[in-house]
Amino acid sequence: MKQCVRLNELMPGQHAVVTRLTSNGGLRRRLQDLGLAQGSEVACVQYSPLGDPVAYEVCGTIIALRRKDAHEIEVEEVAYHGCDERQ
Amino acid sequence: MGATSDNREVKLPVYAGLQIHKQKPGDRVIALAGNPNVGKSTVFNALTGMKQHTGNWPGKTVVNAQGYCTWHNEGMVLVDIPGSYSLMARSSEEEVARDFICFGKPDAVVVVCDATSLERNLNLVLQIIEASKRTVVCVNLMDEARKKHIELDLALLSKRLGVPVVGTTARSRKGLDGLLDQVQGILREGHPQERRLLVSYPDYIEEAIGQLVPAIEQGAKGELDARWLAARLLDGDDGFWVSLQESLGVSPKSDSGVATALRQVLSGFLLRGISLTQVQDDMVASFVHTAAEVCDGVVTVTRQGGDARDRRLDKLFTSKATGFPIMLLLLLLIFWFTISGASVPSELLAKGLFWLEDRLAWGALAIGLPTILVDILIHGIYNVMAWVVSVMLPPMAIFFPLFTLLEDFGYLPRMAFNLDKCFQSCDACGKQALTMCMGFGCNAAGVTGCRIIDSPRERLIAILTNSFVPCNGRFPILISIISMFLIGSATGMLGSLLGALILVGLIVVGVGMTLLVSKILSRTILKGVPSSFTLELPPYRKPQIGKVIVRSIVDRTLKVLGRAVVAAAPAGLIIWILAHTSIGGITLLAKLTGFLDPFGHLLGMDGVILTGFLLGFPANEIVIPIIIMTYLAQGSLMELEGAALLQLFVQNGWTWVTAVSTLIFALFHWPCATTCLTVQKETQRFKWTALSFLLPTVSGIVCCFLFNTVVRIFM
Ligand SMILES: Nc1nc2c(ncn2[C@@H]2O[C@H](COP(=O)(O)OP(=O)(O)OP(=O)(O)O)[C@@H](O)[C@H]2O)c(=O)[nH]1
Repeated sequence: MKQCVRLNELMPGQHAVVTRLTSNGGLRRRLQDLGLAQGSEVACVQYSPLGDPVAYEVCGTIIALRRKDAHEIEVEEVAYHGCDERQ
Repeated sequence: MGATSDNREVKLPVYAGLQIHKQKPGDRVIALAGNPNVGKSTVFNALTGMKQHTGNWPGKTVVNAQGYCTWHNEGMVLVDIPGSYSLMARSSEEEVARDFICFGKPDAVVVVCDATSLERNLNLVLQIIEASKRTVVCVNLMDEARKKHIELDLALLSKRLGVPVVGTTARSRKGLDGLLDQVQGILREGHPQERRLLVSYPDYIEEAIGQLVPAIEQGAKGELDARWLAARLLDGDDGFWVSLQESLGVSPKSDSGVATALRQVLSGFLLRGISLTQVQDDMVASFVHTAAEVCDGVVTVTRQGGDARDRRLDKLFTSKATGFPIMLLLLLLIFWFTISGASVPSELLAKGLFWLEDRLAWGALAIGLPTILVDILIHGIYNVMAWVVSVMLPPMAIFFPLFTLLEDFGYLPRMAFNLDKCFQSCDACGKQALTMCMGFGCNAAGVTGCRIIDSPRERLIAILTNSFVPCNGRFPILISIISMFLIGSATGMLGSLLGALILVGLIVVGVGMTLLVSKILSRTILKGVPSSFTLELPPYRKPQIGKVIVRSIVDRTLKVLGRAVVAAAPAGLIIWILAHTSIGGITLLAKLTGFLDPFGHLLGMDGVILTGFLLGFPANEIVIPIIIMTYLAQGSLMELEGAALLQLFVQNGWTWVTAVSTLIFALFHWPCATTCLTVQKETQRFKWTALSFLLPTVSGIVCCFLFNTVVRIFM
């Protein structure tokens, strides 16, 4: 089942594909430079102790984003079939 | 957002400051670029024998550094530039990087990449290949890639990019010879750029570039690549044009031919309903897709899950249950080791140095130096320096290596990750946690480190609040007062554990104050919405223990100590003069302390303690020695051991209230001279420097006053 959500709604262990960036200017560019561009895969890795920010895996690196910034990224959840022991 | 309006206020002096020092006219200039934390500084250090700060967190390098390297009898000036994700600058250190690569006219650029995330790194590689004539790609961290079961076909990568590619493991110096060979090879080549891979943009952008290039070639000659400039014209980044104008005096945008062509192109876009955002997106997408294409077949992951250990560690260090307890525990352990390990060597050092003082004085008198000179040099200057060395050296020689181990391991970004929510609720940046950590070492370094914060408003907040955490110069004050007055009869391990606990408590207070003041600042004079930021959590790395210890002792400890000694020497002289010059039978020192006394008492201290803090402005390390000296009144410090010291203090009216007040004031008072100068340098505005001076001072006065009022009411 495909479902469109915001990146900040992902739970640890969930995988998704970026469908659209809604932020503008600096953040948009920075996210794209980090590999968070349309079509790229992203996985939610872990919440921080206070619940915000959240760590995501993008392009083989771990990037922490604040929830309000992650909200600016629309994603489509995908099932993940890799051998990932986080799940 | 307020950020744009105060942007000018905290505008950093960008690369203009870097003067390239060639040793021979034929020397070539090589820039070392790359994403943050890929090992640029490690490569730089290995090649030049220099000692730039390295550590496992993104953003350590905030200014350009240069070093010299000779290979096959040819000289090269290497320039280590701050890490950046893109040439389209988003932060001040990215601006530094971009300005040097694009306008600093390096003869070649080496792009250092992380072998474990090559695809993302290629984004920058492709941009640099487009902008510069000679590029060499250095794929570093090959050992980590191997560990993560990532295989790389570098020959294929080189073929596709059309530039030399070298695999390296900079930490163990593997592959660096090959890198130098390739760099010199490409320097000898006539037109290496003809082979390079140029990213092709969507047709409508290519058309626009085609329209712009002739105009640029006519109007704005220079060594810059016309195609690249055309693309940047379309990107529409104002900062870029300012830098271009400033550093090369070129301004294609104001050139009428170029301006006309650009207007035409843009109105064409408008007619077709193409927005600027779309142009930018499409450009970025071109880079991203090209990077993916290039990587296809170059990178093979033979086994998934190579980062399982890292994720387990992350669970431990950043989960709800264990994140904060472990953070406090680590802090506690570091201080415990520092306190318990430092006391014996400190005492021995003091004994030795003061024993030497007597011998020196005796020797100096024996060779016939006048008594007054011996007094000034030996009992004045040497005495204070001896004190500073014996009090500071042992704790620093323990603290710095321990802290560096944590840093090398990769813990600091996790700490920022844990603490970000607190900073967020103060409308500040989570990276402030990192600059705060740097402040533990030295507040001046912490202030410079604030450049990793992108938003000018948040950077300013971080700069102004940096001295709310105690630096290394202040730890000795805290430690000695805690161990004299607050540990009480507990001795040995238990005593030092208690001391460490109190110290951790003080640091928590310092952090709390940082947050409070940050919040007040962002609600009053530095209003604004928190900007967005991204924080990379690098893989954990096994620290190179031997190297860390040597490096942190030789580079950091001795450097800080050297600075303290340099500050202590003149202070020793001034104190000696003050203590030995009297007007009307009262020494100047006594006059000064007498004058400050009422004020001191209001804050639970006395005039002598305040004098100590005042004269300690050059370096906080000398505060305690000055206090002791003044109490001793005879003008210089005698051999004092723990118990004798306590007695001296008690005789002069110290109680636990004095001790706590002094601790509070040591935590919050004016930053040292070096820090003030650094704030001035970073902000270029006297008002911010003054504020950075006033904020902790007022906080300290208020806290001490409140504490004493409460004590007076209840006791
Ligand atoms: N395993 C391994 N670690 C390395 C290698 N090269 C560098 N490192 C480590 O990677 C970390 C980052 O290295 P730096 O040289 O400080 O990185 P940088 O690119 O200058 O970082 P910024 O200044 O933040 O841009 C340090 O902990 C180094 O010890 C390598 O080849 N192998």
